[in-house]
Amino acid sequence: MKAKHQRLILALVAVVGIAGAGVLGASALRDEAAYFRTPAEVKVGKAQVGEPMRLGGMVAAGSIVRQPDGLTIRFVATDGKASVPVEFKGIVPDLFAEESGMVADGRMRADGTFVADRILAKHDERYMPPQMGEMPEGVAKMAPKV
Amino acid sequence: MIAELGLALLWIAAALACLSLVAGIVFLRGGPKDLASLVRPASVAQGVLTTAAFGLLIALFVRSDMSVELVARNSNSLKPMIFKIAGTWGNHEGSMLLWLMILSLSGALIAIFERRLREDTLVATLSAQAALSLGFFAFLLFSSNPFNRLPVAPPDGQGLNPLLQDIGLAFHPPTLYVGYVGLSVAFSFAVGALITREIGPAFARAMRPWVLFSWIFLTLGITAGSYWAYYELGWGGWWFWDPVENVSLIPWLAGAALLHSVAVTATRNALRAWTVMLAVIGFSMSMVGTFIVRSGLLTSVHSFAVDPERGTFLLALMAIYIGGALTLFAVRAGSVAEGKKFALMSREGSLVINNLLLTTILALVLLGTLYPIVAEALGEKISVGPPYYNKVAGPLALILCLVMVAGPLLRWRKDDGKKLWSRLPMAVFAGAAVLFALILFGGKVGILPLLGMTVAGVVAVASLAPLWGRNLRRTPLPTWGMVIAHFGVAVALAGMGAESAFIKEKLVAAKPGDVVKVGDFDVQFEGVKPVAGPNYTAIEGTLVATTPGGGSHVMKPESRMFPGLMGTAPTETNEAALLTRPGGQLYAVLGQPVVGADGAGRYQLRLWWKPLVWWIWLGGALIAIGAALSMLGRAQLLTLWRARRARKEEGRWK
Repeated sequence: MKAKHQRLILALVAVVGIAGAGVLGASALRDEAAYFRTPAEVKVGKAQVGEPMRLGGMVAAGSIVRQPDGLTIRFVATDGKASVPVEFKGIVPDLFAEESGMVADGRMRADGTFVADRILAKHDERYMPPQMGEMPEGVAKMAPKV
Repeated sequence: MIAELGLALLWIAAALACLSLVAGIVFLRGGPKDLASLVRPASVAQGVLTTAAFGLLIALFVRSDMSVELVARNSNSLKPMIFKIAGTWGNHEGSMLLWLMILSLSGALIAIFERRLREDTLVATLSAQAALSLGFFAFLLFSSNPFNRLPVAPPDGQGLNPLLQDIGLAFHPPTLYVGYVGLSVAFSFAVGALITREIGPAFARAMRPWVLFSWIFLTLGITAGSYWAYYELGWGGWWFWDPVENVSLIPWLAGAALLHSVAVTATRNALRAWTVMLAVIGFSMSMVGTFIVRSGLLTSVHSFAVDPERGTFLLALMAIYIGGALTLFAVRAGSVAEGKKFALMSREGSLVINNLLLTTILALVLLGTLYPIVAEALGEKISVGPPYYNKVAGPLALILCLVMVAGPLLRWRKDDGKKLWSRLPMAVFAGAAVLFALILFGGKVGILPLLGMTVAGVVAVASLAPLWGRNLRRTPLPTWGMVIAHFGVAVALAGMGAESAFIKEKLVAAKPGDVVKVGDFDVQFEGVKPVAGPNYTAIEGTLVATTPGGGSHVMKPESRMFPGLMGTAPTETNEAALLTRPGGQLYAVLGQPVVGADGAGRYQLRLWWKPLVWWIWLGGALIAIGAALSMLGRAQLLTLWRARRARKEEGRWK
């Protein structure tokens, strides 16, 4: 009888724990999952101003411009269908270059510029987010300037 | 000839794995007894041959034999020797062969050393291990042959990705692999014991050193990987919640749960089914991780080149192994589940809660890692980042630490909750002291770092409690191991908390002569000069950091440029400079040359003062050392080895 009680309590603890974890996980996912957006999606208004998100795209050829403070850069992220201006203050990672892929964490500003807190490029020069898989080769070169 | 010999050895080893498997099955189904004596030597030979094949692959890289496709694609005759050798496993095929070598060697080691199991369980275990290797032999030989020759040998190779040219990364993957594949032994033990229904303390004691062994390597691998990312990538972070990091963390969590539950099974003969289940989950998670990294399902800053065919192959292997083991578990678990009873308020009870928390964290990390795949299948592009993981894993990890405080102070079977409190006053006091100090002097500290450092204080003191009032010389090694490992958790936690709470950052465009203040340091930028490395050119900055005490230290961050080889693009990498002080680390990154508003030439410079940051890795190392002491105390490999020799000599004299 006693042992049965113990087992019951243990099972209840486990069930409550698992249910709690499920709720925690689901709510955290809903709140915190950064939405991955491509420039085309941003252009059709899928990204709200101030919402944390991740922007993926190619750095358009000839678009990197350094600001006078020497620390801020602006460039254009493109997916061949649309382009979004990006602003980033800091040291860009290794392998960040024009005409190659990049992913930026940050948020949209009201003026339509994406302000990046962090820019990610990859160890491997073959890196490309799968979300951008549909893009044709050489997209950065033919991308429209903003 | 070397490549052909290597391939031949692999085929023979695969045949031996096949032989072990078939002989094992026939024996277990009541076949001739002699078959059992075949399995041991076959396992040993398989391990030796696979190791030899891997040695031959290393030789090909050392000789820069460009007629071998793998060498041509991943090595270069100009590379420093150490990186030629490391290049062997810095690619898909080579790392698969390394994986297989460790898998086969583990089988060989079980065959040589394991004396605690019944013969039929041992044969079943070795057959399970052979079945595992067989799948990976098939994978290697049919889809990833490392010894493939090129029809025409190129004059030189393409070279290794420069970011991988780092001593830390050269030894990081093998360490993690030993950990990953070490869990295969626990898996095979579980399968073997399920087949022969021998699940009890003897089985748990036989399995425990292997679990500890692989967990030590996982801990070291994760710790080293984190430090590597920290100093090599130049972004100053030590944990990124990147999918590739997560898939190493997931088996580590399973291993942590397993080594605690296997302790209960070994000492108290309880939690039997759960231990077996965790052993199955542990290696399954290793395979899921490998699959995620290699299939290209998830993008990560780390992942290997992508090949859907390989992904499918791995998926099939996983389905067979995990599905098979779980089916066996479902059929047999009922007959092994009943174990000794215990009260919730007891050592066992605390370990059950520890296990629940660890597996919950595991599930939540796995959920976050896989969710983007599911979301994408449903047409939504999502990426899950640090905010999610911190929110779900942070609080649970802190609760886990509190359970860790209580567990070792509880008695087995049944204890009194009130007595527990009487054992904790010092620890509670330490936590309160840390909390008050932080509130009074810490300034604005986030809730998670605040709780983290407080809990670290509690854990640090409480982890030493099992040593109080004991004769330290007579305290058994496993107890020391537990104390050191738990203390290591406190150290790592304190480091994480302090780093995120008190980090200071400066980003400037500096011209020579400029002084930058960061934290308590004055850092003077003296200028840059070009330097040449063996296969790169670099710009080296010189910084002089002055501490409040007056000491000055030179720091030399570099920006390296690797020329493109064989048509690949040139690559730039940052080498951060680190100044380690007792209170933390000063971290300097040299960025791009820029022209300031005044027209002067400047360099981008990023400086961080990271308080106690190195405690994170010190903690990781302590955890590994603790686990190693536990293993030494339990495995008694030496004792086994002596017993074996004694038996042999006996045989000789007879």
